[in-house]
Amino acid sequence: MKTDVVLAGVGGQGVLSIAAIIAVAAVDSGLHLKQTEVHGMSQRGGAVQSHLRMADRPIHSDLIADGTADLLISMEPMEALRYLPSLAAGGAVVTERAPLVNIPDYPPLDAVYAALEALPRVWIVDAEAIARDMRASRAANVVLLGAASPFLPVAAGALEAAIGVVFGRKGEAVVEQNIAAFRRGRAVTAAASD
Amino acid sequence: MERFVPLGNEALAQGALDAGLSGCYGYPGTPSTEIMEAVQRSPEAAARGVHRSWCANEKTALEAALGMSYAGKRALVTMKHVGLNVAADPFMNAAITGVNGGLLVAVADDPSMHSSQNEQDSRAYGRFALIPTLEPGNQQEAYDAAAYGFELSEKYAVPVLVRLTTRLSHSRSAVARREIQPERPLKLPANPQQFVLLPAISRRYYAGLLAKQADFEAEAERSPFNRYEDGPDRRLGILACGITYNYLMEHFPDGCPHPVLKIGQYPLPRALVARLVDACERVVVLEEGAPLVEELLRGFPVETGRVHGRLDGTLPRAGELNPTLVGRALGVEVPASAYAVPEIVANRPPQLCQGCPHGDTYRALNEALDGYARGRVFSDIGCYTLGALPPYNAIQSCVDMGASITMAKGATDAGLRPAVAVIGDSTFSHSGLTGLLDVVNAGAPVKVIVLDNETTAMTGGQPSPAHGHIEQVAIGLGVPAEHVRTITPLPRQHAQNVAVIREELAYEGVSVIVARRECIETARRRRRAGA
Ligand SMILES: Cc1ncc(C[n+]2csc(CCOP(=O)(O)OP(=O)(O)O)c2C)c(N)n1
Ligand code: SF4
Repeated sequence: MKTDVVLAGVGGQGVLSIAAIIAVAAVDSGLHLKQTEVHGMSQRGGAVQSHLRMADRPIHSDLIADGTADLLISMEPMEALRYLPSLAAGGAVVTERAPLVNIPDYPPLDAVYAALEALPRVWIVDAEAIARDMRASRAANVVLLGAASPFLPVAAGALEAAIGVVFGRKGEAVVEQNIAAFRRGRAVTAAASD
Repeated sequence: MERFVPLGNEALAQGALDAGLSGCYGYPGTPSTEIMEAVQRSPEAAARGVHRSWCANEKTALEAALGMSYAGKRALVTMKHVGLNVAADPFMNAAITGVNGGLLVAVADDPSMHSSQNEQDSRAYGRFALIPTLEPGNQQEAYDAAAYGFELSEKYAVPVLVRLTTRLSHSRSAVARREIQPERPLKLPANPQQFVLLPAISRRYYAGLLAKQADFEAEAERSPFNRYEDGPDRRLGILACGITYNYLMEHFPDGCPHPVLKIGQYPLPRALVARLVDACERVVVLEEGAPLVEELLRGFPVETGRVHGRLDGTLPRAGELNPTLVGRALGVEVPASAYAVPEIVANRPPQLCQGCPHGDTYRALNEALDGYARGRVFSDIGCYTLGALPPYNAIQSCVDMGASITMAKGATDAGLRPAVAVIGDSTFSHSGLTGLLDVVNAGAPVKVIVLDNETTAMTGGQPSPAHGHIEQVAIGLGVPAEHVRTITPLPRQHAQNVAVIREELAYEGVSVIVARRECIETARRRRRAGA
């Protein structure tokens, strides 16, 4: 068993928190893990990505080779398109619907959605809207993680425990809110992916 | 089981702490920053009182680490690759003095220049200084390199270079910790002249360093970081340095059919290399950064045609390697991308944050310079380098830390008057002060604008070394007090700020304008930490 995941988004959207939660869950589930992060730019607003590899045997490369990712999770729809060369034929894409428009030449949204919908397995999720509806705007990333969770090789319970580990410092209330966000996200795709 | 899934940088830091580290020194720089940050976060380091503060620059950091080593304790100094240029003087000379307590110089290179001005390969410095160099290939090796490196350093009384690259620095994997060693006691060098590099003494020490080269090579032959893995198909042999070994093995999950020499310690183990080259028809060399090993293997001027790598196009001459590039170089079948990037995808370059003080300063500067011919604003490295791009288009240089002030001075010497130097507060403390002294001594009409966002923002908000006394420093260096001005870069102060800059542009001497407002990201983090 081996699952390669590319995580994408824009600086400040919480991509690395998603990566951290999956990483903790994978390690605590006894899987081998490699996870690269993009660090370095403090400024917000640039494209960021992370590669996560999980397997039941040792993993060599820290990077995912082109054309081999099983899953692409993106906090932003155009960013999902940017990393398509990583995706394996028939790989799954779970992306936020709401665009983050901070550049003058952002493409027409219709074209972005059309390119996404041309893929064989894609879930465009209203994670931000769901989070806002829950009065937990900062938890949009965890809603999206919930939506992507049926495609991950770790159990929902392990991911919820990992949310506790990663957000534990911020207190009980934040953890509970994020677990609720996770469940709302998971409900979006759970039916579709069975 | 304890969960320890560190970044390569964190693994090295923990390895050093577990090996009895007494002092960590450094100046921040991507991708090296998390080494010091891991030591700073460590409860053990706090409990033990391990010294763990950022320094003014890489040179001061390396010298302080050497001082800790002089006193008999184990020291670690961290920097990014270009930082080693700044620290090159103590680095080269510490190779001659040698060390007392173990000294590790951890340098993180950035092939592909993800966030750097160049992709220089620090292994060249290790060879230049004639000291052993370790190049861990995974997180466990990064952890193990610390204790092993300290031992090597103390055994031969030399500094040891640990070379990391972005990918390992910033990638996580599980690591097993080893036994925890106590810190070393304070113990001065047995030879009171060990650190006195007078020519007559230096010549003796240099001969000693040269004599140790054979030992360094023998260590590399038996090092756990170097490994010969035989394989039946000898039409091809592969020499894989550091992390490239992972990219290689990715193609052979059940074992590589070809002989492989994995290299993680230099100087190169000649016997192991000879074994590979003798056994195989062709050899492909995989290395991140410059083709240093490949050049050695090819020799000069004899070209056997059996060695392949970055120099003959088997691999790209520049840039980071990855599994796809390595697979192609070896002729194995690699998956192709199933989907291309749709044409509509636009670039999303980093930008100054909404409300960043630097933006307000650039708007004021651009307006103040209206009426002067363009091309007179020299700048430096930090968040504010984004001022070179639209919408600001405000600066015309970014070369190396501190170069704004000194390049502006040279340009005024050539007749470009006035010239402006735009420099961040951390960069100003790192290497702006000596340049400012040159400007003062020359009386050059350089207008130095210190962008004082009260932090080292670019690398994540570390403290800024001259925080709180930039004006005093400028006056102390001889800038007339009335030409040391302070402005607050805010939209509502715009007109006043333009006026101040114009006044100073009109003055025929050196001016320093401090544009002070805290970085909003740092302020946000500080509020959160306080909350
Ligand atoms: C010799 C060297 N050391 C470190 C770095 C990494 N680096 C780039 S900019 C910077 C600091 C910038 O701080 P400051 O000048 O205060 O500007 P700010 O980012 O806060 O705007 C650092 C540490 C480098 N490029 N070169
Ligand atoms: S991190 Fe701070 S200095 Fe850098 S762009 Fe953002 S506000 Fe400006």
